[in-house]
Amino acid sequence: MSLRDQVAIVGIGCTEFSKDSGVSTLTLAARAILAAVEDAGVQASELDGIATFRVGDSVPPAILAQSLGIRDLRYFVDQFGGGSVSHSIVGQAALAIHAGIAETVVCYRALNARSEFRMGGTGRPPVDAIETQYQAPFGYFTPPQQFAMAARAHMERYGTSAEQLGAVAVQQRANASLNERAMMRKPISLDDYLASRWIVEPFRLLDCCLETDGAVALLLTSAERARDLRQDPILISGVTWGSGQTLYSNQQPDSTRTSAADMAPRLFEMAGVGPHDIDVAELYDCFSYSVLVQLEDYGFCKKGEGGAFVESGATALGGSLPVNTHGGFLSEGYVHGLNHVYEAVSQLRGDAGERQVENAQVALSAAQPGYVSGNTSALVLRRDS
Amino acid sequence: MSDANPQIPLPRPTPLSKPHWDGCREGVLRVQRCGDCGSFVFIPKPVCDGCLGSNLSWVESSGRGTLYSYTVVHRPQQPAFEVPYTVAIVELEEGWHMLSNLVGVEPDHVEIGMPLEVSFERKSDEITLPCFRPRA
Repeated sequence: MSLRDQVAIVGIGCTEFSKDSGVSTLTLAARAILAAVEDAGVQASELDGIATFRVGDSVPPAILAQSLGIRDLRYFVDQFGGGSVSHSIVGQAALAIHAGIAETVVCYRALNARSEFRMGGTGRPPVDAIETQYQAPFGYFTPPQQFAMAARAHMERYGTSAEQLGAVAVQQRANASLNERAMMRKPISLDDYLASRWIVEPFRLLDCCLETDGAVALLLTSAERARDLRQDPILISGVTWGSGQTLYSNQQPDSTRTSAADMAPRLFEMAGVGPHDIDVAELYDCFSYSVLVQLEDYGFCKKGEGGAFVESGATALGGSLPVNTHGGFLSEGYVHGLNHVYEAVSQLRGDAGERQVENAQVALSAAQPGYVSGNTSALVLRRDS
Repeated sequence: MSDANPQIPLPRPTPLSKPHWDGCREGVLRVQRCGDCGSFVFIPKPVCDGCLGSNLSWVESSGRGTLYSYTVVHRPQQPAFEVPYTVAIVELEEGWHMLSNLVGVEPDHVEIGMPLEVSFERKSDEITLPCFRPRA
C-alpha cells in the first residue's frame, strides 16, 4: 500500500528563535518536543520513535530519549546532513510508522546556530577530502559562496536581476511582519535591499538567511490514529528524496538546475497532485536565489522565469502561490527546514493568523534543493478531507 | 591573491590527486581522460564518471577556457584571504570545469564568457595553484 495519506503530522512545537538561547541544544529539543506533545494532546510517554538530523552540532536521539524518560525507543534516525535532509527525516518517520516499526514518532531539529556552531563559520579547518583540495585553496568554503556561484550563472543565462532577488527578501519580510515567531519583523523596501552590503556577489546581506538558536519538533502518527487526536490531521501525501546535481566536483553541467527538478515529478505523482494544486509553498531559502530556482524546478513557472514570477507578486500573500508565509530563513529564523514544515502545518490547519492563506488545502514544503550536497527531500501535505 | 600566503589552506595531495598537483608544480595543467569513452574527468576520480570504466590516464589540458560563473567574496571565511577576491568556475576548451581564482583582473571587470588561460601561482615548495587570468 502506498504511503500516500497514511501518516499524519498531529503536533507541532517550537522554541523561541533567538541569537543566543542561553541553553543547550538538549534543552531546546526537549522544549520543542514537549510543546509538540502538548499540541497533539498525547502523553510524552507515548513517544516510541525519534528522528533528527545534525552536522555534528546538536543532541542525538538517544540522549534525548533518556532525558524524556523513554525507556524503550523502538525507532530512531540520526541522519548526518544539513538542510538538504530536513524533510528526509519526516519521510523516515513516516516510513517507520507505515511499516509498523513505531507508532508515535517525533522529528526535531535543535541548534544554537548563532551562539555555538555557525554554519560555514570561520576558524574551522576544512576536512581533507578530494573535493576540498580543489575548493579550499581558492577560498571557496561556504554555502553563500556556493549558491552565489549558481545565482550568477542564472542571472547571466536568464537575465535574472538583483531586483528580482530583492523581491524575494522584501516579500518574505512582509510575511514575517505578520508572524510573532519571526526574528526580523520590520518591513524592508527594495531600496533597503539594494543598499545592504555585499557578502558574496551577487548576494547582499539581505539575500542571506539568519543564524538562529532554536528548535522545532513535529509529531507524527498513523492517519487512522490521528483522527482521534486533538488537532485536525495534516496528512503526508507525498515525500521523496533526490540526489545527483552535486556541486562538489564542479562537474555539474548546468549550475542553474537542482536535484529538485528531477525529484519533483516523483513527488507530485506520489501525492496525486500537480504544481497547480499547491495552495502554499514553503521553500528552503538559505538564500533568496534558492527560492527562485525552486519555483522553476518544482514547475510553478518556466525555467528561467522564477525572478519574473516573484516580481509579479504571485508569491506574495494574496498571490496565486504564497511562498514562505512565515518569512522563511531570511526573516523568521533558520531552523534548518523544519520551521518550513511547521508553517505549512499551521497554514493547513488554518492557524496562521494574519498571514493565513485562504482555504489552504495542499502545501509543498521543500528542503535545500540539492545544489550544494546534491541531496534534497520534500513533502506534500494536505488537510484530511 | 598572487602573493604566497602560507596561511591559506593548501591542499594535501592524495594518491588520486598527486599527478594533478605535480603537474601544476611543473607548469602543466593535467586532467584525467577516459580511454574508453573519451570523457574528461575532473576532479580526480577512481573511475570514469561517464562510463564507469577504469581506463583513465592523465593528459595535458590546453589551459585555455572561458568563464562559466563566478562570485566576488567580500566576507572571507578565513582571514588569510584578502578581500575582495574572485572565485570562478572555468570551462576549459576540452569541456571540463574547474574551480579556481581569477588573477590579473579587477572584480568589476569580470564577465561571464571572458577568455581565460591558466596562470600557475606558486604557494609553497610542493604546491602551485592553477589560477586563471584573462587572455587576449
